[in-house]
Amino acid sequence: MDVTVTLTVNGVERTVTTDPQRPLLDVLREDQHLTGTKYGCGEGRCGACTVLMDGKPVRSCVTPMSLAGKKSITTIEGLAKGGSLHPIQEAFLEEGAMQCGYCTSGMILSAAALLQDKPSPTDEEIIAGMNGNICRCNGYVKIVNAVRRAAGKMRR
Amino acid sequence: MTDSISTKRVEPESSKRSVPPSREFTISRRTFVQTLGAGILITVTDALSWGQRRGGRGGGGGGGGAMPVVARLHLNEDGTISVMSGKVEEGQGARTELSQAAAEELRVPFDRIRIVMADTDFVPDDGGTSGSRTTPGNVPPMRQAAATARELLTRFAAKQWQADVNSLEVRDGTITNKATNQKLTYADLAKSREIAEAFKQPIESNITLTAVSDWKVMGSSVPRANNRDLVTGAHQFPSDVARPNMFYGRVLRPPSYKATLESIDLSEAKAMKDAVVVHEGEFVGFAAPSLFRATQALEAAAKTASWKVASQPSVSHKTIHSYLQEHARMDNARGVVTEKGLAEAAKTLSATYTLAYIQHTPMETRAGVAEWKDDKLTVWAGVDNPPAAQRDLAQMFGMPVERVRVIVPDMGGGFGGKHAAPAAQEAARLAKVAGRPVCVHWTRAEEFTWAYFRPAAVIECKGGLDAKGSLIAWDFININAGGSAIDAPYNIPNKRTQSVGSDSPLAQGAYRCLAATGNNFARESFIDELAAAAGADPLEFRLTHLDNPRIRTVLETVAQRFNWSERKRKVTPELGVGLACGTEKNSVVAACVEVGIDRKKGEIKVREVCQAFECGPILNPANLTSQVQGCIVMGLGGALFEEIEFENGKVLNADFGGYRVPRFRDVPKIDVVLVNKTDIPSAGGGETPIIAVAPAVGNAVFAATGVRIRSLPMRGDVLKRA
Ligand code: FES
Ligand code: FES
Repeated sequence: MDVTVTLTVNGVERTVTTDPQRPLLDVLREDQHLTGTKYGCGEGRCGACTVLMDGKPVRSCVTPMSLAGKKSITTIEGLAKGGSLHPIQEAFLEEGAMQCGYCTSGMILSAAALLQDKPSPTDEEIIAGMNGNICRCNGYVKIVNAVRRAAGKMRR
Repeated sequence: MTDSISTKRVEPESSKRSVPPSREFTISRRTFVQTLGAGILITVTDALSWGQRRGGRGGGGGGGGAMPVVARLHLNEDGTISVMSGKVEEGQGARTELSQAAAEELRVPFDRIRIVMADTDFVPDDGGTSGSRTTPGNVPPMRQAAATARELLTRFAAKQWQADVNSLEVRDGTITNKATNQKLTYADLAKSREIAEAFKQPIESNITLTAVSDWKVMGSSVPRANNRDLVTGAHQFPSDVARPNMFYGRVLRPPSYKATLESIDLSEAKAMKDAVVVHEGEFVGFAAPSLFRATQALEAAAKTASWKVASQPSVSHKTIHSYLQEHARMDNARGVVTEKGLAEAAKTLSATYTLAYIQHTPMETRAGVAEWKDDKLTVWAGVDNPPAAQRDLAQMFGMPVERVRVIVPDMGGGFGGKHAAPAAQEAARLAKVAGRPVCVHWTRAEEFTWAYFRPAAVIECKGGLDAKGSLIAWDFININAGGSAIDAPYNIPNKRTQSVGSDSPLAQGAYRCLAATGNNFARESFIDELAAAAGADPLEFRLTHLDNPRIRTVLETVAQRFNWSERKRKVTPELGVGLACGTEKNSVVAACVEVGIDRKKGEIKVREVCQAFECGPILNPANLTSQVQGCIVMGLGGALFEEIEFENGKVLNADFGGYRVPRFRDVPKIDVVLVNKTDIPSAGGGETPIIAVAPAVGNAVFAATGVRIRSLPMRGDVLKRA
């Protein structure tokens, strides 16, 4: 039986009638056309589908719609404000921290969550905070550099 | 202005190639302008006729040949230049380096170039994107096209002004006659009919190209043009393409390899009003307005399916290596010199190395969106060989290739794993029946099970030393993985290397550097064994036997950077250092690593990788650094933990829980030294940097522990037992 769920996506209230077991990832991508959130594994282990739910990072591929009611969701499309990029997005560009870029949305949102908790993370904390996100292209080095750089920008 | 043009394809006069039958096609002017930009229409016809020309010519090299300028390049009225390439962008940097090539020779800033890639309606057949071929095989033709265009434009201006062509200056897309201060811009010339005609001339393959010392755009770290879309989520990867009224598809998979479907009850799936069910022979697929619904339909049907399980070869990941040896086709063994060399040796060694099957695991699994319209099939696919995908689809549906358009939006990784487009084929089958576009995006489990693997292998090595400790005999056989980089680059008087086939129980195919990784692992480990037997330092032993000046350079560079000699002396049972070198695809690499060992826990922790790499003149240092870093980390995965486990025709670890890839925590300190060698042509750099990692790690483990691990992945638990 379908349920009707009201949630806020990137600041806009949305009402979705759908199966309660359907993953939030699918609703974002298929119904809301927010394809910046990626499918990488569907098992919660790669982080490509990371979004913020009430400010906390969740794996949207394993988050059923039944848990999304009344929540506020931030996706990668919701980070830039009025045409200017979020400092983390800027930092990823400045460090060239992406190759294919498929993991990038999830990386940036995981970084956003991390930096909310720890505005001045050590490299060890960056590594621990980002370890759930897989990148197959770029060797992670530039991603760590980007998160460190973003932290600096956000403190300013 | 007419809204559409209909035209016969026009064969460029200069072409001597055989001409496929003339045919009509229609394309909306808007589509053209959207894709290439506004310009003279006459060029449209020619560009399209080349874009749509098929039949295997062009074949990967994308060579200059008789291809007209217009097939590669189009001037736009806004001063930008559209260039066309059949290559795909999958994170390796082809988009950027091809744009740099065009900008350099046209004498325009990088951002003036708009590149159209991998759209079979618009781009020449440049074959597949593989084998590090884009840099050596496609950058030069792009440069030739751009240089020819610049020549034609300059000559045109000279004629207009009755000036000497050599007195004109081209800068920033403007041709200037300094004597008279007359100027013409590329934007002005975009409106010229004469230029449009001139661009029908063939690209000059021996035109003078800009010398490396004069490069302004090439050789610099320009970022990828569409980077911003990657950080905002705006870029549409193949799996993100959404078409109006599109459905999502799922396909029924057998429970094990080669199992055949005996019966299935589709009534429950069919009763789902919003689902489309397709059952054609062995193909059973479902499409629905959401992936979730399509999956429900699939699951409803799958539970009723009964399968005839094929008899499987009795082999698993645990027994694969003896299986490959038993099935090896050794009959073509050649070369007796080695026997002689081994007989004369004062000391001989032999060892067998093995490799597991591993998988590419690009973050974006296979995806395809298919749309049928007016008898034409368009697919957006994650595939690295668009012309082959186009031919496969045409054959599958019994239609001419011209009616199939394959578009590859910049995709989410490939690493040699996306040579074919099965997801697009499945989407096309479903879309045809559904009468609407369908997207098929494989699950990770499907990718792990139904894609192909890097071959498992057994490598048998023998070597002999003379009384002075010189290497005089070498015998090296790779079973099942292939022959790339199999030749030992060392000076050995009696040498035999060969690659023999076997029966692979799993589907295997290309991989980043394919066999070179295994061959290098075995060779560089075994050289280390021989060095130890000779009582020599691994670096000295290599240098004594190494003539290749390029390998010597990277080896000496990395050893110095890493401070090899001193760190070698400080080795303890808990801390080892190792090195390795190699060459493949006309590039050279050497690595030094430091490992930390915990024998009680059976742990190998790679603490540092220092790597020197040289692939000729560097086209884009930042991108090359990323490629080398990425290769090192991907190489660590294959070195330390990646392995496909299988039994009875099933993959046992088809998820990221069971198949471990490198994560942030696994990343050592990485130090990359790029050697810029400017007196040779550039080679590709996205593969070879992977080959030195595993043997250097193995050699470091040996240095610390005296234990030689001869299998990939190298599992630390053997240290507990040893
Ligand atoms: S797709 Fe959700 S964690 Fe991988
Ligand atoms: S950049 Fe390709 S997966 Fe991270």
